[in-house]
Parts: sequence; structure tokens; C-alpha cells
Amino acid sequence: MHSTLNKIWQIIRRLSGDDAYERYLKNYAHYHHQETHQSDAPSHCAGPLSKAAFFKQWQDEKWNGIKRCC
Amino acid sequence: MHKFLNIFIWLFIAMLGASAVGGIAINRGESINSLWFITAALCIYAISYRFYASWIATSVLVVDKTRATPAERLDNGRDFMPTHKWVVFGHHFAAIAGPGPLIGPTLAAQFGYLPGTLWILFGAVLGGCVQDMVTLFLSSRRDAKSLGQMAKDELGPLGGTAALTATFAIMIILIAVLGLVVVNAMKHSPWATFTVSATIPIAMLVGFYMRHFRPGQVLEASILGVVLLLLSVLGGRFVDENETLRHLFDHEGLTLAWSIMAYGFAAAILPVWLLLAPRDYLSTYMKIGTITLLAIAIICLQPAIKMPALTQFIDGTGPIFSGKLFPFVFITIACGAISGFHALIASGTTPKLLSNETDIRLIGYGGMLLESFVAIMAMIAATVLDPGVYFAINSSAGVVGAEAVDAVAKISSWGYPVTVEQMQTLAHQMGETTLFARTGGAPSLAVGMASLFGSAFGEHLLALWYHFAIMFEAIFILTTLDAGTRVGRFMLQDILSNIWPKMGETSWTPSVILTSAIVVSGWGYFLYIGVIDPNGGVNILWPLFGIANQMLAAIALSVATGILVKSDKLHYAWITGLPLLWLITITSTAAWQKITSDNIRLGFFSAANDLTEKLANGSLPAAKAAIAPQLILNLQIDGWITLCFVSLLWVIVLDMVRVCYKHLAGQVVPPLTESAHIPSRLVEEWIRD
Repeated sequence: MHSTLNKIWQIIRRLSGDDAYERYLKNYAHYHHQETHQSDAPSHCAGPLSKAAFFKQWQDEKWNGIKRCC
Repeated sequence: MHKFLNIFIWLFIAMLGASAVGGIAINRGESINSLWFITAALCIYAISYRFYASWIATSVLVVDKTRATPAERLDNGRDFMPTHKWVVFGHHFAAIAGPGPLIGPTLAAQFGYLPGTLWILFGAVLGGCVQDMVTLFLSSRRDAKSLGQMAKDELGPLGGTAALTATFAIMIILIAVLGLVVVNAMKHSPWATFTVSATIPIAMLVGFYMRHFRPGQVLEASILGVVLLLLSVLGGRFVDENETLRHLFDHEGLTLAWSIMAYGFAAAILPVWLLLAPRDYLSTYMKIGTITLLAIAIICLQPAIKMPALTQFIDGTGPIFSGKLFPFVFITIACGAISGFHALIASGTTPKLLSNETDIRLIGYGGMLLESFVAIMAMIAATVLDPGVYFAINSSAGVVGAEAVDAVAKISSWGYPVTVEQMQTLAHQMGETTLFARTGGAPSLAVGMASLFGSAFGEHLLALWYHFAIMFEAIFILTTLDAGTRVGRFMLQDILSNIWPKMGETSWTPSVILTSAIVVSGWGYFLYIGVIDPNGGVNILWPLFGIANQMLAAIALSVATGILVKSDKLHYAWITGLPLLWLITITSTAAWQKITSDNIRLGFFSAANDLTEKLANGSLPAAKAAIAPQLILNLQIDGWITLCFVSLLWVIVLDMVRVCYKHLAGQVVPPLTESAHIPSRLVEEWIRD
């Protein structure tokens, strides 16, 4: 029961984008190792973005282009 | 044994579906239970999803679960990201389902419940769902490219330009007609006007909360917003009952139209986080919540349908919009059966999240099935009303007369009895002064929904339910309006950058202001004319929108058919080719009638000529004579626009036929642009969430 509720809660967070930053951090950790070996990505070595900065970028990107229909 | 059970179950579903469809089609009695509609829909959806969609996925498209999708290959943790299929389904559905599937069926109910229902069901499973699914597949095989880009790459520059032009045109017409729907719901209704206006500061507050107060706390902010929205419905009643406040929110249609234009302009230039993004969150929750509530109410109550299967208006004399059953039912219901706009979401946006090609059936085909189901529910909500009431709400004053007595006499003379008292009682119950001539579909849908919700969850709350329904419709109409204006602005900036590169800088203020102003004046013009037109602009604007949307669908299907032929799948090309043929037929017929018909309610040019004559010989009343020159000009513009739409459609179809012919004749055609097969690693690693 508890795990089902938890699963639903995760889906809601996922759908609404509430967990976007956590996913970003995970993704960052996953790919950071590869990126440090590329010379053209020095900014990534400065560590991940702060939550506020990430959210700014995320929101602006999400709203670029056709996102809603009739 | 298991196999036999399986066959038995599917045979049972097929028979149940067939008898439900038969029951709906044959019934000519007093009324029919709405449960038949639900049953017919669910059986048809189940069978088509299980067999047709699955066959398309495995045999025609040959989806490959070992192939890495763009989301995996280009994963950047933001827009490209492999995502669980149900989450993608949620995003995709929230993006495709706008106000269209609610409004179209409501308007098409003037022909009776049968034609619209059959078109929603069969149009979706054979046309709309296939379009969405195939477009999603093609885009995900091409690094999530947009429809316009695919048209350009696969057919040639002509196709790309046509797709871009069609998208821009549809955006302008769509926003105008949606604006008109909101204006008609708010005019002289202080309650609705207050509630709808309140959604703007609420969205801003939520935007500020998410961006600055508690950055990224999307759910917290959303809950706050939803609570405030519900309070704004209550607040509207307070305003409505207060004499001084009442006047502040009691406005003519034209004043409201200007305010909506000002709002659209502001929304296009304000940063997204302040208005667009938070409003979208709120509208998505409202949309999903209300649609679920509506489904529960319909399934629990199983209301009887009061509208006849067919009305006399199939002959083209309908009061809501003119034109015969063929082709206009297919034009009026675009979203819910087949909607070209979806191809823009299915290419570009959704493929960036797709973690495996096998999810395409659920997201592309299944997402559209759900939208079709929303359209069926809208059809039920419109047809559970007394037909007399339905026509009284949806017929414009220019058709049935401005006085209540004239209107009820006229509507009753059609065989749909309704009385002034009945309308007054209903308006009073809904907390309105009048419900006559509230055209556009939103108010009648809100009355239908309020009566359903009222019977299911409390009769004494009718007025609250009505205004809740209006708020629910208005909030995502306005979301489409501001998102559309912004997209229009970007497209225009992109086009202008070819002439002067600086115009393409999306953050350069002069360019932003200029392009936003052009886009707003574009749809603002049609909205303005729609509001001053005594015949109600819906009669003109909705068919134009339908033609534009079907044209976009035809472009998407042309691209898909062209690619199927080029991939040497000519024998399968009918899956998109037949819906395309049907769309060409209905769009061309409708456009032809709109251009050449002698009937002044149908033909644009004949209406313009008629008005010119009447103006010249002075037979128009003074009020109408004053606006006649504008109406004449507008009718001519509408006629030319229709001609452009249909020409554009033929250009792209012929271009596709040309490419196919050359390919089949062994000549050189633009090569397939499918990206190379890279094996997916997600299958073994299972890091899909």
C-alpha cells in the first residue's frame, strides 16, 4: 500500500516537473565524468547549477516552441 | 485454452461494440442512454488499439525496440531525456488536448448526435490516431525533427514552406475563434468576467512563487494556484451579488475583445515564467481534473440523450453554422477525430522524451484515443440538454432574433419547444441574467456539465458548477491563446530574420514588440469582426479554423505517405493515403462551397455581394449599415484566405505525388533522412526511471 502510494506520488512529481532538479543532478553525475574529458566543456567542471539557476534554464527551454495545441 | 479465451474475449468486445454502434445508429425513439456512447467508444478503441495500431506498429512502421531513440542518443537531462512511457503519455496528452475537442462536438450537435459521434469514433481510429502515431514514429527516427523540417527534407523546399505557412495561418484563425468563445462566455456576465480575469493575477502569483520565492517547487505552487482558482469561482458570486463591483465586471463583447487583445500582447512579451508557464500548469491540472470528473459523472448518472439522432439541419440550414452535413460535420469536428495540430506536438516535442520505439503505439495512437473520448463526452454533455435549450444558447441573435420571445418562437417552430420562462429559470440557476445567444459552444457545454455535475454532486450548487466549467474552459483557452501568440511571434521573427537578421533575435525588444503586435493584430482583426458580426462570428471562424486544421493534417499525412512510398512500402501507403484522400475531399468540398455558394449564409463572396447590394439600395438598418463596409471587406478576406488554404493543400499533395511518382519511376528523389541505427543501451541497463 505504502509503496503504491509512493509510486503514485513519484509519478505526480515526475509529470509536474517537481523532481526536475533531482533528475538533473542524477544526469549530471552520470555524464559529468565523460564531459570532463572534453576540452570544449570547461563550464561543466564548475559543478552543477544551483536549483534556482537550473529551474530558470529548464523553464525557459520548456517553453520554447509549440507546446500546446487546440 | 488461453488462446481460445483470448479469441472469445475479443469476439465479445467486437459484438458488444457492434451492437452499441448499431443501437446508437438505429435508435429513433424518444431518447437513448449515454452509456451506449461510452460502450461503443470503448469497444471501438479497444479493438482498433489491439489490432490496427499493433499491426501498424509491427508490420508497417516496424518499430525496433533495440534501436536507441533521440531521447537516449541526445540525452541532455533537459528537453532530450528518456522518460517512462506513462509520463510521456501524460505530457503528450496534456499538450494535444485543448479546447478543440470540447467545442467542435458541441457545435456539430446541431446535426443531431449521430453524425458527429460516428465521425469522432471512426475518424479517430482510422485517421487521427494513425496520423499522430506515424508522425511520432517518423520524427523519432529523424532526431525529433519538426513536421516542417521533415516536409522540407523528404519532399522538398515547397513542402517545408507550405507547412510553415499553414502552421502560422492556423495559429491566427485558431486564436481568433478561441478568443471569440471566451468573449461570448464573459459578455455581460460579471461572475464569469471576474473569475476569468482573476486567473491572470493568480497565474502570476504562482509564477513568482515558482521562480523566486521557492524556486522549482512546482507542486507547492500549483496547489496554491488551484486553491486560489477555486476561490475565484466563489469570489465571482460575491462580485455578482454586489451592486458596485458588478458594474466593474459587466462589459460589452467589444470591450472584452479589446482586453483580450491587450492581454495577448502582454503575454507574448512578458517572460514565460511570469504568466505562460504557471498558467499552463494550472490549466493542465484543471483540464485533467475536470475531464475525469465529467467521465465519472457520465458513467455514474448515465444521462439520457435528448437530442434526436439527426435534425432537419443536415440540409445545411443550421442556425449555429451553415452548410450541409457533408462536408461540414467533418470540418466542424477536427480535434477529437483528426487534428493536424497534433502533428506539431508529435514531431519535435514528444519524441525528445520517448525512451523506446515500442512506446509509440501507446503515446501516439493511445493519446489520440483519449482525446477522441473527451470529444465523445463533450458530445454527450451537449446532447443531454433539451434541444430547445441547446439551440437557444447557441443560435446567434442575427439568426433567431434579438428578443427572447422571437427566439423561443423561432426555435419552437423548428420542433424544439422551449419557453422564455424555461430559459430564465435556467439562466437564474446558472447565476446569469441571460443564456440566449451565448454562441461558441463553451456556455452550452458549461450548462451541460453543470447539470451533470449538479445531479451527481449536489443540485443546489448549479451556479457554482456552471462558473467552474466556464473558468475551466477559459483558463486553457487563454493558455492556447498566449502560447499560440508567442509561437506566432517566434515564427514571424524567424521569417523576418531572412530579410533582416537582427529581427531574429528573440530577446531584442524592438523585434519582440513589433512581431508580437503583428501577430496580435492578425488574430485581433478576426476577433473584432467576429464580435461585431450580428450573425455571430462562429459561423465564419469555426469552419475556417476547421479547414486550416484539416489542411495541416493533410500536410502531415502527405509527408507520411511520401515517406512510406519512398521506403518501398507502397502496399502499406493506404494507411495514411486513405485518410489523406478523405481529408482532401472534405477540405476541398468545404472550401469550394465557402467560396462559390450562392447561399449568403454559406458563401463568403455571395454574402459580401449581397451586403454590398443592400447597402447600396439602403435596405439595411442604420446599426448594420454602419458596420457593413467592414463586414463586406472581412467576408472578401475570408474568401481569399479559404482559397489560399485550399491551394496550399493541393500544392503539397501534388508535390508529394510528384515525389512518389519519381521514386516509383526510378528517378532521383530527396533521400530518406532517417538517422542511423544505434543500438539502445537502455534495454539492458533499464535506466528508464
